[in-house]
Amino acid sequence: MVVGLGHYLAVAAILFTLGIFGIFLNRKNVIVILMSVELMLLAVNVNLVGFSAALGDLTGQIFTMLVLTVAAAEAAIGLAIVVVYFRNRGSIAVEDIRVMKG
Amino acid sequence: MIEVGSVFFPLLGALIAGFLGRAIGDRGAQIATVGCMTLASICGVWLFFDVAFGGNARTVELGTWIASGTLEASWALRLDTLSAVMVGMVTVVSTLIHLYSVGYMSHDNSIPRFMAYLSLFTFAMLMLVTADNLVQLFFGWEGVGLCSYLLIGFWYDRESANAAAIKAFLVNRVGDIGFALGIAGVYMLTDSVAFDAIFAALPRLTEQTISFAGMTVNAIELCGVLLFIGAMGKSAQLFLHTWLPDAMEGPTPVSALIHAATMVTAGVFLVARMSPLFELAPFALSMVTVIGASTALFAATVGCVQNDIKRIIAYSTCSQLGYMFFAAGVSAYPAAIFHLFTHAFFKALLFLGAGSVIHAMSDEQDIRRMGGIWRKVPITYAVMWVGSLALAGVPFFAGYYSKDMVLEAAWAADTGVGRYAFACGIIAAFLTAFYSWRLLILTFHGEPRADARTMEHVHESPPVMTVPLILLAIGAVVAGAIFYEPFVGHRFQDFWRAAIRIAPENQAMEAAHHVALWVKLLPVLMGAAGIATAYLLYMAAPTVPALLAARFRGVYLFLLNKWYFDEVYDRLFVRPAMRLGEMLWKGGDGGVIDRFGPDGLAAATQRATRAVVRVQTGLVYHYAFAMLIGIVVLVTLFATGRL
Repeated sequence: MVVGLGHYLAVAAILFTLGIFGIFLNRKNVIVILMSVELMLLAVNVNLVGFSAALGDLTGQIFTMLVLTVAAAEAAIGLAIVVVYFRNRGSIAVEDIRVMKG
Repeated sequence: MIEVGSVFFPLLGALIAGFLGRAIGDRGAQIATVGCMTLASICGVWLFFDVAFGGNARTVELGTWIASGTLEASWALRLDTLSAVMVGMVTVVSTLIHLYSVGYMSHDNSIPRFMAYLSLFTFAMLMLVTADNLVQLFFGWEGVGLCSYLLIGFWYDRESANAAAIKAFLVNRVGDIGFALGIAGVYMLTDSVAFDAIFAALPRLTEQTISFAGMTVNAIELCGVLLFIGAMGKSAQLFLHTWLPDAMEGPTPVSALIHAATMVTAGVFLVARMSPLFELAPFALSMVTVIGASTALFAATVGCVQNDIKRIIAYSTCSQLGYMFFAAGVSAYPAAIFHLFTHAFFKALLFLGAGSVIHAMSDEQDIRRMGGIWRKVPITYAVMWVGSLALAGVPFFAGYYSKDMVLEAAWAADTGVGRYAFACGIIAAFLTAFYSWRLLILTFHGEPRADARTMEHVHESPPVMTVPLILLAIGAVVAGAIFYEPFVGHRFQDFWRAAIRIAPENQAMEAAHHVALWVKLLPVLMGAAGIATAYLLYMAAPTVPALLAARFRGVYLFLLNKWYFDEVYDRLFVRPAMRLGEMLWKGGDGGVIDRFGPDGLAAATQRATRAVVRVQTGLVYHYAFAMLIGIVVLVTLFATGRL
């Protein structure tokens, strides 16, 4: 079986959907949300790499490197926020984070 | 410039004391206002002699006030004999009252405010009397109304003072409706509000009629009646008199100023000023006579049983104003103004004397708790005697000349209403003498009825209060004798000149000099009888009055409660008005306007907001979901080519 572009895209779509559901169905933990966001970014990366390979253009793969770097930075900042939030509030349960409620 | 000075110096004093009072202090305010008033009175007296005796009547134009179509009103000082008499009298009496206030109000803690109001009051009255048109007169008219409100309610921490001030203001408004309509009527008739133009146009309009409330009435008569209603309010005539006794809530110098110089005389002045109009309105004149005569009698009966020293004098003012009005009503305007002139001196004297008594008695005003103080306050005692003698019309005091002239004129008018006025006036003369001596005897003679501490404290007032008293007493003695000939003598026309116009058929002024001897003697005899009665009842047999009061309890209570005017008005006007107000407030304002207006809008907004607020849950994934939906929608639209 030849693994073609369609397979890459299918995997990426599945990962992306998992990420979305991870955000919306998760009612427990902020860290899970962060992980879901990461998952969605990776799904996009898979798309980029897949198209890059299929079209024979390296730009997509270079862009993937950029996205990975940004994702790493984002994960670091996100975790830092979560730590600070936990110190201030003593909880990182999603249900408790509703200071913005009108 | 003298003319401007006599009118505007009081305003200057009021402005200095009112706006710079904090900076210059109590003493500074007193000096400023008394100084300005002194300058004004020097100007005023000079004008009095120059205009009234020198015959230099003139009008000083100060500027245009209103120029709109045919409605033209200017700021002007019209100085003819009538206004010169008023300016001279007002400035002199007011200056003495200012001076007296320096002593009387020395313990008060808002002296600059008081002095400023007094001066402003005087200024408003001067604007009124020197007005050259009805609109400026109305300005002064409302100015005195405002100042009387401020001064009656001067002690604003007393509830009764506030109530009295509001009452004075409202009752005056009732009269002012008449006055304002009168001005409008005159303007409609003559197309002008300036006196000269009005008086010139009136004789051509005697046949003019107005349809009013389904009746066709003579237009000039209607204007006369309306103007007189205004005068009734300001001069506290019967039916609109209820504010005057309550006005005693103000400090005593205010009472003196209101009663003697600045306010209540405005009505009499108005009738005299509008004499060319009233001479063409015989019905309005007879109304003036009847109301004046009834007031004279009514107020005198009430004055006989009151116990508050200031109220007795207040009713006496009311009664004397009645005299002035019925004199004007029988076309004896000079006699009315003459009585106004002499009355100013002895009434200011009586009020300030009463103030001196109140001062001595540690703020006691009830004559039942006075008595036996005449040795301790000799000057006050003496001047109160002079004032009472003048008021009762005892020969050769000021009141004798003017009151006799008024009564003789009423008799000489030889009309039904004139006879009625004469009868009322004679009875009132008896009662006047009676209550004056009742006041004197109860206040100064007999056993002391105050407690020992008050009696120990009784003292003569300081010179700053007694000097004005003595000056006024001199006026109350000589003002009648000196000014009798020019004011109301045989050649009175030469004195008043164009200021007062009397129709040729109304000969009361001239005929008054030729009445029978008994008419001339009767007022004096009645006065003497009144004095004798008071002496018998209160000095010789002090137990009798209480017995009489118990025997004729109904009459006594009727008089003590001032003919139940206040109670009747309360039932007829005040309570229905309050009920209507409450209905409109709770039902109309609260139930309709507030409910659907501000309150309703606010409630609707709140309901809408509460619905919107529910969207803002504060949960991140809800926001993210919203974003997702948004993206999906956008993408869908984009993909289907709709965007």
